[in-house]
This record gives sequence, C-alpha cells and structure tokens, in this order.
Amino acid sequence: MFTRYAALSAFSVFILASPASAEQLFWGIQAEQLEWRSGEGSEALAWDADAFVGTDELKVVWRSEAEYATGPSSFETLENQLRLQVPVSTFFDAVAGVRYDSPDEGPHRTYGVLGLHGLAKQWFEVDADLYLSEYPSARFEVEYEGLITNHVTFTPSIELDIPLVDDEATSRGAFGPKLEIGGRLSYDLLDRAVAPYVGVHWERTFGESGRLVQAEGEDNDVVSLVVGFRVMF
Amino acid sequence: MTIGLLRRAFLLGAGLAAALSGAATAGEYSLTVDPVTVDTGAFTRTGIGYNGATPGPVLRFQEGEDVTIKVTNNLSEPTSIHWHGLILPFEQDGVPGISYDGIAPGETFTYRFPITQSGTYWFHSHSGFQEPDGAYGAIVIEPKKREPFRYDREYVIQLTDAHPHSGDRIMRNLKMMPDYYNRQQRTLFDFLKDSKEMGLDAALSERGAWGDMRMMPTDIEDLQGFTPLINGKSSAQNWTGLFTPGERVRLRFINSSAMTYFDIRIPGLKMTVVQADGNNVLPVPVDEFRIAVAETYDVLIQPKEDKPYAIFAESMGRTSSVRGTLATAEGMKGDIPDLRKPPLLTMADMGMAHEGMDHGSMNMSGDTHTMPDGSTMKGMDHSTMNMSGGTHKMPDGSTMKGMDHSTMNMGSSDPFYAPGSGLMPAAANGGKFLSYNDLRTQKPLYPHREATREIELRLTGNMERYMWSINGIKYADAEPIRLQYGERVRFKFVNETMMTHPMHLHGMWSILDTGKGKWNPVKHVVSVAPGTTLFMETEVDAPGQWAFHCHLSYHADSGMFRKVIVEGGPEGKAAALPVKTEG
Repeated sequence: MFTRYAALSAFSVFILASPASAEQLFWGIQAEQLEWRSGEGSEALAWDADAFVGTDELKVVWRSEAEYATGPSSFETLENQLRLQVPVSTFFDAVAGVRYDSPDEGPHRTYGVLGLHGLAKQWFEVDADLYLSEYPSARFEVEYEGLITNHVTFTPSIELDIPLVDDEATSRGAFGPKLEIGGRLSYDLLDRAVAPYVGVHWERTFGESGRLVQAEGEDNDVVSLVVGFRVMF
Repeated sequence: MTIGLLRRAFLLGAGLAAALSGAATAGEYSLTVDPVTVDTGAFTRTGIGYNGATPGPVLRFQEGEDVTIKVTNNLSEPTSIHWHGLILPFEQDGVPGISYDGIAPGETFTYRFPITQSGTYWFHSHSGFQEPDGAYGAIVIEPKKREPFRYDREYVIQLTDAHPHSGDRIMRNLKMMPDYYNRQQRTLFDFLKDSKEMGLDAALSERGAWGDMRMMPTDIEDLQGFTPLINGKSSAQNWTGLFTPGERVRLRFINSSAMTYFDIRIPGLKMTVVQADGNNVLPVPVDEFRIAVAETYDVLIQPKEDKPYAIFAESMGRTSSVRGTLATAEGMKGDIPDLRKPPLLTMADMGMAHEGMDHGSMNMSGDTHTMPDGSTMKGMDHSTMNMSGGTHKMPDGSTMKGMDHSTMNMGSSDPFYAPGSGLMPAAANGGKFLSYNDLRTQKPLYPHREATREIELRLTGNMERYMWSINGIKYADAEPIRLQYGERVRFKFVNETMMTHPMHLHGMWSILDTGKGKWNPVKHVVSVAPGTTLFMETEVDAPGQWAFHCHLSYHADSGMFRKVIVEGGPEGKAAALPVKTEG
C-alpha cells in the first residue's frame, strides 16, 4: 500500500519538476462539506474535501471523505484518494489514482481509481469513478450550485455508490447501491473562503447492501440535519 | 519631492538648451523600485511603487532627447520596467526573458535610448504581477514641433484597478474557480424576473443556451472587487485638478489597470479627443469614451463655469467606478453619478454572429427574438435600435466601413463590436460615444502600402480552466512569430472568446485598420471585442525580439502571449540579436 503511494507521489513529483515544462504550479484547498450531521440516533462529523497542486496539464489531487461518529468515537468511513487529473476535453479531466479506505471497524481496502471529473452541460459538476480491486465499485456524483443571490447558494448533490461484487465484510452486496442526496444552503461569509451552511443529508442503502446494513443492526435509511462550513482557499 | 523639483529644473534647463542650440539633449533620470503601502480608503495593502509611491512619478521627456534612466531594485525579487508604447532598441524594452534578464534585487540597471516620438505613454513592471500590485507610472513626451492644438494646463489622469488581493493570489483563485471574483452572476431572482418578462419557456431556453455552452453572460470582468483609482485616489479620496473657468485643459488619460476597461465621461462637458496611444488624431468631440487596458487618450476640455466637474470612470462591467474632480478650488467635489445597469453578453458576443450573418433574416422588431439556433437574446436595448434600414451583410468588422449609418437609427452602433453585442457602448447622456471608427491619424507615420503578408491570430481560451492562448496554443508551448525586417504585416485577430482583449505589440506601431487607408490611426494597443475580427498592420522596422500579448494581466500570464522575432535588418542593428532563441 505505502509503496504504491510512494511510487505515485514520486511519479507526480517527477512530472511536475520536469525541466521541459515551464508550466506554472497552482494549488488550492476546497472542502465542499465539512459538517456536523445529526440524524436519527446518530451524530457524526463528516467531510468531503479536495486539495490540489498542479498545472493546466496535470493536477495531483488529494481527496478525503470521512464520517466520524461520536457515539462511540470512531471513523465509520474514512477514504483517502490520491488522484492524477489530466484534461481530456474542454470541460473534463481523466482521473487515475489510488483510494485507501481505513474505517475503524471493518477491513481496510485499497482500490485503483479510473474516472472522469468535470463540468457537464447546464453547470452540473460531475465525478464518475470506477474503483478497481478484488471488490470493485462504481460511483457517480453530481453537484449543482444554485445561486439564490450572489452570496447565498443552494447546493443540491447526489452521490450513488454501486458495489459490483459482494463484499460482506463491508456490508455491501453486488449492485446494492448506496444513495446520498443532500441540499445545503450556504452563505459566503468571508469572500469565498468560508461559507457556513445548513442543510439536509439523506442516506439510503438499497438491495442486498441494505439488508447487510440492517443485519449489522444499523439503519439503512437515515435523514440528517447538517450544519457546516464550505471552505476554499 | 526634491528629486522631482531638481528634475523639473533640469528639464527646464535642458529644454532651454535644446531650444537655443537645436542639438539633441541628454536627460538623466533615476527611479527606485520600492515596496510601498497602497491605501485606497477601502483597503490598505502592501504593493510596489516607484520612488516610494504608486503611481510612480510622471516622467517628462522631450522628443529628440537621449535619456539615461537608472533603475534601482529595492525589492527582494527581480523586477523590470517596460516603457509602454515607446519605440526603442529591443534591449531597452524591459521584458525579462525577451529583452534582457531583468533587474536583480539590489541591482541598478541603466536604460539608455533616444526619444523619437511625443505624446502620452506610461511605464510599468513586466515581471510577474508587479504591475497590478502598483508598479506603474506615466510618461509625457513634449514634441519638438508645436502641437496642432492649444491648451492652458494639463493633467495626467492615470486609471487603475487596485485589488485587495495580490496578483499571485488572484491568479491562483482564478485557476481554482474561474468565477471566483464574479459577484454579478445571474441568480434565481433574475430568473424569476426574466420568466415574468419573457415567459417561463423563453427564460428557460435562454438559460439553457448559456448552460449548454457552460458560459456566463455576466462574464465581462473576470476580476471584480477592485477599487478603481485616478492617480492613486479613489472616489472618496477624490483626486482634484484645478482650473480657471474658460481655460482649455488637456487631460492625458492612461488606463494602467490590470484587467479593467473604463467608460469615461465628464458630465456637463464635451471632450475633444486629440490623441490616441500617443499619436495625434483629427479632433473628435465626444460625450464619452471607452479606454481599453493599456490605451491612452488625450482629450481637451473647456470648463466655463465656476463649479466642480466630475471626471467619472465606470468599469465596463459596471461593478465599480471612480470619480475625480476638476475644481476651481481645493475641497470641491464633483457629483458621483449612479452606476448604470450591468451589461449582459449576448449570443453575438459568443461569435454566433461571427461570419456571414445576414441581419435581414433576423427579425429585430419583436420584444424578444430568437437566434438561428433557437436561443433567445437578451440584454439588447431595443428601444435604441431600429434595424429597419434593410439587409446588410457583415462578414466581419473590416467590411463595415462602407455602411451607411444615415439609414440606420442605431443610437449605440459601433462596427468594432459584434452586431447585437451586449457590450455595445452608449453615452450616458445619449450623445456621442467614441468609436475606433472615429479615429483618423493627424499625420501618417508611414507611407500607405499593401501589406506583404497576413498573419491570422485567433484569440482563444477556456474560461472554465482559465487558460488563455493564441491559436489555441499557450505561450509556454508556442513557437515565436518570425517577421522579416522591411515587411508590412497585416495581423488578423479573430476573437473566439467571450472576453475583450487589448492586444499590445511591443517595439513597433500597430496601425489599426478602420478602413481609412493612410489615415488609419497608429496605436500600440488594439482592443478586440468578443465575436469580432479586427485587422492591424505593422511596418516591421525594429530588429530584435519583442513581446506581443493581451494586456489583461491574468490573460497574458496564463498564455495569451507571443514572442515576436524580427529577422534581418540593417547591419549593426541586428547584430545584437541572439543567434538561437528558445520559445
């Protein structure tokens, strides 16, 4: 695992430092979600954040998504991805990378990542990723920033995660999707750097995955109220 | 202050000596490049200035003078000074990596060049984002011969768009999120309003057309949130120039902004434009004019009343404005007019009307009208347009010179904008707005002749990635443009982007084709509006290598930039040119 990370980082450093390119290096940090989730009997801190460094031609993105429950404190989910992004069309980048899941309970998993990231028509921000391993899965994320005013934004989002094979250790059954739908109302408080928001987050697990989640004694259908900050720097 | 006085005294002496002897004079000047504090009233930040201030001093030269300018870099980073619009040997042009290596921290670089022209120009750093951070000043060159107009006093009016963020930060933010600074985007409320006015279906299809392209009709100023300044002063700080009623005053407008075009007017006064980019033009009386980034316009005014007059500059996207005052006594303030409604780009600006559009087939009579692709256009002021004058084809900007304006009642028609453009300028008082079409040179600098070659430069970009380029290739990946000494090149700019680009060729004049033949105006910046094609011609008479770029700082930096190499030329002149250069 670590060697794979190391190899990837070394590769990216090599590309970015290559003297042939007079490309300028940019960086940025964006947390679309950094929030407190309060649902039916469950309280959790959650985030979905990207940090990137790179050029017009190549970006290295560290993406982190997590849900840290506070009942007994533990990471229910913790995913970290190192993604390389290369433009393939006017509005889309191809993505290749690795993903490492390390929740406190359950097995840790490593995946290869292949995907597309970009802006679809009508301003939908799209991520479509294939996670490759012994337990492959596919994920599709769409987000839309609806301007109520130039400082108040309503952001609906949908994330669909589809396991392609059974993985009982992580309570996932083949083609039993997990659907997350959210709506967040934010206000740009400090420039675009800090935008507090309130919203609703609904998570529902279907099919065999849903049954496995229930068998674990958990709810496969949870609505949470969320309060958090969007961060961009 | 002392330095300024000394210099003035020296200049006076030098001028006198020149007048007496008729010989070339030699002036010595010195500039220090210093960290300074920028205080706009709205915010305070560290910036870069000259001789301890931003804007830097007004350098006053004399045509025919040989100047020596010592520039000392007191910054902790390399710097450079480019003499914008001056015709000089390329090693003196001040572009790091093209003219020379730049000026290292602590180093003093001595520029030496003859002054072969007269008029209003400016200077600025050509390193990184030092110019947006405050590194700019004005140049005024007195002509050898008497000018074809008279005035009693003169002021430099140098405009800029000071921003609370540093240039590096702005560039990074734009790369991260191209609409980071756009706070004039259309919102839910705009949609509801449009639905009410044009119907839900029309509003939806209009939004759909823009959404299909993933472009914004509000994308006129990439960079908002700046405080415009006149000579370093915001509206509240109120730059003031004194006059005595009845005097003729020459105002030398210079747009030293990083990104902002301004529409300028002096409510209550006509302005007579007498010079553009340092070259005299046949006088044009106007009520208002638009100044592209890096352009200069000299105007004459004659305020007759004993009252304050506002010099009012409104940004083209109407996000901000600045007022200065012409007053008969200190402390007077001209009234600040309200900002006009922000314009919206139209499908015409998207290049939809670019080639071979037949206006006769467009129904311009309805309240809303549908574009050939089914989308609707918005943001046009139909009340000022009456396109009933019949069918006329406009394949591109250059063929419109023959248009008979008398048959068209278009209060706001300028052939240098795409027909139906949302950016079409109109004077606030309904009067005359200056167009490139009005500019005729007072004295042609070159005999008029056929161009020997045409070079097409498509202005290209990707707003979502904030990448800007020429012919789809960024500067970092591009080969230099090679010109031969002695040729006359016709540059064809095809603007395929939604932004307006002020294109600036260093070292040689840009003769803007307005269809006036030998009377075409001679400029150093030509502004190419979205969805238009514009031609300029250049007599290639300056050996060496030169920069050629969009003067919007963040466009130039992200790749809308070329190196031009002029090959050949008289012995000795070309000798200094490196044998092999890298793109």
